[in-house]
Amino acid sequence: MNLQLLGVNHKTAPVEVRERLAVPEWRLEEATRRLLSHAGVDECVVFSTCNRVEFAVVSERGADLYGFIRDYLLTDVSPLREHLYEYNGDDVVRHVFRVAASLDSMIVGEPQILGQVKHSYAVGKAVGSVHGNLDALLSRALSVAKRVRTETSIGSSVVSVASVAVELAKKIFGSLQGRSVYVVGAGKTSELAARHLRSHGAGTIFVSNRTHERALQMAERVGGSAIHFDQLYSTADQADIVITSTGAPHAIFRREHGEMFMHRRKNKPMFFIDIAVPRDVDTRMSHVEGIFVYDIDDLQQVVEANVSDRGREAERAERLIEEEVARFKRRMQGLDAVPTIVALQERVEQIRQSELNRLRGRLGKLSPEQENAIETLTRSIVNKILHTPISTLKSFSGSNQLASTAELLRGLFGIENDAQRSNDASRASKDDASNIDLAKHESFSNDSDETEVAEQEPGSRR
Amino acid sequence: MSLFWLRIAVGLYGLSMLYALIALLRRREILSRATLPIAGVAVTLHFVALVEAFVSGGMAGGPLHQSESLLAFLMMLLFIGVFYLYRTTSPGIVVLPIAFLLSLSAALAQSAPPLISPLLRSGWIYTHIILILIGYSALFFSFIASILYLLHERSLKRKDLNGIAGKLPALETIDNIGYKLLLVGFPFMTIGLIAGSVIAQMQYGASYFQDPKIILSLLMWGVYTVMLYTRWNSGWRGRRAALLSAFAFAAALSVWAANYFSGVHRFVSR
Repeated sequence: MNLQLLGVNHKTAPVEVRERLAVPEWRLEEATRRLLSHAGVDECVVFSTCNRVEFAVVSERGADLYGFIRDYLLTDVSPLREHLYEYNGDDVVRHVFRVAASLDSMIVGEPQILGQVKHSYAVGKAVGSVHGNLDALLSRALSVAKRVRTETSIGSSVVSVASVAVELAKKIFGSLQGRSVYVVGAGKTSELAARHLRSHGAGTIFVSNRTHERALQMAERVGGSAIHFDQLYSTADQADIVITSTGAPHAIFRREHGEMFMHRRKNKPMFFIDIAVPRDVDTRMSHVEGIFVYDIDDLQQVVEANVSDRGREAERAERLIEEEVARFKRRMQGLDAVPTIVALQERVEQIRQSELNRLRGRLGKLSPEQENAIETLTRSIVNKILHTPISTLKSFSGSNQLASTAELLRGLFGIENDAQRSNDASRASKDDASNIDLAKHESFSNDSDETEVAEQEPGSRR
Repeated sequence: MSLFWLRIAVGLYGLSMLYALIALLRRREILSRATLPIAGVAVTLHFVALVEAFVSGGMAGGPLHQSESLLAFLMMLLFIGVFYLYRTTSPGIVVLPIAFLLSLSAALAQSAPPLISPLLRSGWIYTHIILILIGYSALFFSFIASILYLLHERSLKRKDLNGIAGKLPALETIDNIGYKLLLVGFPFMTIGLIAGSVIAQMQYGASYFQDPKIILSLLMWGVYTVMLYTRWNSGWRGRRAALLSAFAFAAALSVWAANYFSGVHRFVSR
């Protein structure tokens, strides 16, 4: 089994490059399907946020991810190569853990990324591109993220896009009292920013979204008014602060719009906060006098200036991640064989117990020493017999011989081939870890995480 | 005595200017806090010097130097007023050095040429001078504000927030200061010019209109009006407003300089 990941993020590529690779939310499902059908890919997941675009795959013999990018985006990969990073094996595990735990984020500790990872995971599950090893990895990544959040204070002092937006707005407008805010594209981050601006005194909030329904919902939540998307240009000049986060492939606000707005506003300054990738505000917009445009990369610079003492917590989080990577690695080595091994041990243990019970009646009362001797004897016989089948199974882990061998063993030992049963068995075996050799295994399907995946709002792309 | 107080005031202006400059470079709170009390004491002494000069009737250093001193005083008053309204000492970066230089020039004036013009004995001329000088100070202050606006705007556009933008007040605040001062200065300038015209009309008749200083003054007033109009009508600010106020300021400077070749304003005998 091969784990591979290819991607760009805010550290390796400027927004110009990221927006060329970005997979808009409405294409995420399609992109995942396309990647799944790419040569050699067994499992895959696609992460695409404003700060990263990553393709992770599990394959038998390795897959040509550069080829996928070329085929899918119909773009020449060579100029992108310097921006792309590629990970294999454990490094993929580490990277995915770090991403989910928000250690790789532009704003370290910001909470949105976890929702985005969950969303990609949910899409992968729906498409069927996430089932075995990748499922285990992603599920574990969500738990690791939770652990990092609870065991370190990395998320507590988060300097979010929202607070940076407030700080910048204050540099321009002084007091935010009575300033109006226009949210274009109803997303989580933009909503957060709008709320934050309001709590600092901003007055009216307008919300516009291509799907008007969602604008209405958000307007209700933030106490603003929804405006039809086709009235965007005729109303946007009423706002002092415009937050854009649509999934549009091209800029929504261009220079001529800016000039029109400034004319209508009698040149009162206007502040655009563009958190969309690809960007919603054309770069030439900032040439218009009185218009200030900050895109996601600009916000990052401001953030970096603000971040000071989060280094120590980040270090703790990194150690935690290393620990988790090692744990995951140990698990992966035995993963595929585990249900069969556990079932096998259970089956034999069951035989041993019933034989012992049957024998006890005939043996009469035994001293504790004799009890112990019998226990040790039977156990060691059982372990000796099971040793070869188990180590054979383990050695086949990850290879295609595993399935047939497991099938054969199950047949020979009369174990029912029921996935649910083996799952239960593996869970039960956890309680009795000292008795069963390989019981370190624990189920990867974390129920609580899955319900959250289901709840994940599909529109929360940043 | 008037000169004595003025010289102490000049020394204090110099001190507060230094403090302001250091504060600008290093962002030390204590330093910028010291600027205001020092400036306050200096302005008080300056006022004493002006009153004494007026009461004694002796225009120390001649009318030109006296008006320099008055201009510096008025600008300092505006500086303190702006601080109380907007809690910012940023204009001090420019105002303090200018006030220092103007009052220094007045304080260093040694000889007081005898005054001959009977005009100077009437109270009207003082009204004219004071009104015009208030207008000048406001105009100059708003010019400073527009320069600071440009600097701030540029650093915001370049996304450089640790530079000058971190030290200046918000962009809109600067804009507000500039605009309000223009509004305040305009009536003073207008009434001052009218008062001057009336005096000149009485004294020289229609010929005063050919005087270069008068022509420049009217030009300056015209630019001033255009600035207010474009601002009111289409909200001109930033680069365009700065250009206009630079122009008005240049006109004001030449009006000032015109004293050297203006017949009307040459009060001293040769």
